[in-house]
Amino acid sequence: MKIRAQFAMVFNLDKCIGCHTCSVTCKNVWSNRKGIEYAWFNNVESKPGIGYPKNWENQEKWQGGWTKLNGKLELKAGGKLKKIVQIFANPNMPEIDDYYEPFTYDYARLQNAPLSEAAPTARPVSQITGEKMDKITWGPNWEDDLAGEFEKRSKDSNFSNMEKEMYKQFENTFHLYLPRICNHCINPACVASCPSGAMYKREEDGIVVADQDRCRGWRMCISGCPYKKVFFNWESSKAEKCIGCYPRIESGLPTVCSESCVGRIRYNGIILYDADKMLDAASTDNEQDLYKAHLDLFVDPNDPKIIEQALADGVPQSWIDAAQKSPIYKMAVEWKIAFPLHPEFRTLPMIWYVPPLSPVQSQIDQKNLPTEADGVIPKASAMRLPVKYLANLLTAGKEEYIVSALNRLIAMRSYMRSVNVEGTPDIRPLTAAGIDEDTAKAMYRYLAIANYEDRFVIPTSHQEISLDDYHGFQGQNGFSFGNDSANGQSPFALFPERRTESMEPREPAPLAAKKK
Amino acid sequence: MNLSKFVFAVYPYIVLTVFVIGCWIRYDREQYTWKTDSTQLLSKGGMVFASNFFHIGILAIFAGHFAGLVLPHGLWLALGVSDMQHQWLAIIAGTVFGGMMLLGGLALWFRRLTNARVRAAGRGSDMFVLSWLMLTLLLGLATIPVSIGHANHGNPEVMLALANWVQSILTLNPQPELLDNVDSVFKTHLFFGMTVFLVFPFTRLVHVLTAPVNYLGRAYQIVRAKRRA
Repeated sequence: MKIRAQFAMVFNLDKCIGCHTCSVTCKNVWSNRKGIEYAWFNNVESKPGIGYPKNWENQEKWQGGWTKLNGKLELKAGGKLKKIVQIFANPNMPEIDDYYEPFTYDYARLQNAPLSEAAPTARPVSQITGEKMDKITWGPNWEDDLAGEFEKRSKDSNFSNMEKEMYKQFENTFHLYLPRICNHCINPACVASCPSGAMYKREEDGIVVADQDRCRGWRMCISGCPYKKVFFNWESSKAEKCIGCYPRIESGLPTVCSESCVGRIRYNGIILYDADKMLDAASTDNEQDLYKAHLDLFVDPNDPKIIEQALADGVPQSWIDAAQKSPIYKMAVEWKIAFPLHPEFRTLPMIWYVPPLSPVQSQIDQKNLPTEADGVIPKASAMRLPVKYLANLLTAGKEEYIVSALNRLIAMRSYMRSVNVEGTPDIRPLTAAGIDEDTAKAMYRYLAIANYEDRFVIPTSHQEISLDDYHGFQGQNGFSFGNDSANGQSPFALFPERRTESMEPREPAPLAAKKK
Repeated sequence: MNLSKFVFAVYPYIVLTVFVIGCWIRYDREQYTWKTDSTQLLSKGGMVFASNFFHIGILAIFAGHFAGLVLPHGLWLALGVSDMQHQWLAIIAGTVFGGMMLLGGLALWFRRLTNARVRAAGRGSDMFVLSWLMLTLLLGLATIPVSIGHANHGNPEVMLALANWVQSILTLNPQPELLDNVDSVFKTHLFFGMTVFLVFPFTRLVHVLTAPVNYLGRAYQIVRAKRRA
């Protein structure tokens, strides 16, 4: 047994309002530079839809993640030798148009256009070539709120094994938001795909990062990640990705996407797992059993034997304390209401999701829907969102886990309604869903109230025990343009400088035309 | 000192010095700039053909030059390869791989010239180094008819003179006079070829030195600890 601590998150989809505040704060902090203006380390998709980049979930097309080959776990795109053979031209590499051509607008034109009858317009300008674009045809969230025809959106892989035509009708339409970041997987396919060994998992918190100095731009991680959450910076020719806001995490702060979430849907915490069982879990034969195997990786942070082993393996006591109070452990392991995104990719992702409820209030009022005993809250199977769709998204298609989780969420509501509206606690729905009153109250506290200190239980890092020379690393966290461990930087550069021909994101606007 | 003496006795040492020290400094001090500079993200079409032909061609040509010019002549004779067999082998391999590199390189060159995104993202040095490699290749291909002429007369003298000259340089005993009777197309090719190594440390070419061969022997997952175990 080898106990490791993993920084993990849960996103409560039931409360996501699709405001994109997470995406915008993340972009402003981490990816507003030239070369990755097209990259959204955090994006929010409207489902059903093909997402960003286009059809990322379709691994028959992209060959991301892992597969079982002759009983052995292997990268879906092929093993090491095949990667080396394909290194001159990666056949699974997405093109910029699979994301979208990054653009800005010719804002200066609004100020300096000559006097004319019609109001001047700010035309879109490509952020790669700097040339005017005729028309913007795709963007990072082109399908926002179910925009576009059903025919196109229904290419969504989560419709597999479903009769999707009926959801074309307005009455049967369903919709959910899916915020996505790097999953900081326990078995990351990007790390395994990297020929130069630049991508790695941090031992102390499991955050997956790309070493900017070691990365050579062989671009195998881009196609290897089944979530398409490693991006190629075309300016620097390096892989860039979500860094789990590790400079914030190390200081005990939540990630910037979590901190800024207005719906308070994001939970940050520590979970302990047994690293020795990782390969067995990822190699589970039936992909519908992967969720269960993933759950079994996690260990009980209150078990004295586990605590002893964790301390022996170098996990600090304050991290064990945090793991005991972890909202992630409660939702994923104790209450079983959170699930990994696409466990069938076999990367053991560590951003988990609480599936959304989708009540149909007018239908309930008209008594058209079967409800629980209280006559107010509908049954899980009668919701607008097809359980099969959620199962395809979160449990490799196995519906019973999703139904159980939805039932628990509904039972908690029903119980709290009986307490607050009827004045007499009704525990019948709780019993039916297999939870007790204390659990329901705790779920209410974490899901409905979602206090800051309950959502974010993040221990500070212990640089003093994790580094040999912690003074040597002072001032080196966060972002730089590389070479940050070299102690001399001269303004004269012997080696290639930044690309000068393409557009800079902050070109100064030309001065307004002089008045005559 | 005449021009020939400078180019074939002094210039090679300037090139080698800049190549070795330049790569060393860049690897040591400028890791962040050590990269492939791939543009496949910006334009993918045709890259499976163009990039593979170009890379396989140029790597095979480099290996061929190394085998023919740097490995000792005696080794080939010991292996039972006569000088004439050696020459025909070089001609055939040069034609095949040179042709591959020519096709792939032309496709890359036109892509760099005509694709607006690749052109915008490209640096001057990218176009320069590709053009220079292609010129060197064209000069190299132009030597093939001359070599065939020599081979048809059963004359390996030029080939041996070139190999002896390379070995005279590498053994720090430069003998530019060995090239006195060599056709000027070979000499021009030599100059262009040497210059590739001169500019090497300052361009994207350095990525070949970090070809990820150790990936084959590595475990898939990498976990880095900040402390020593």
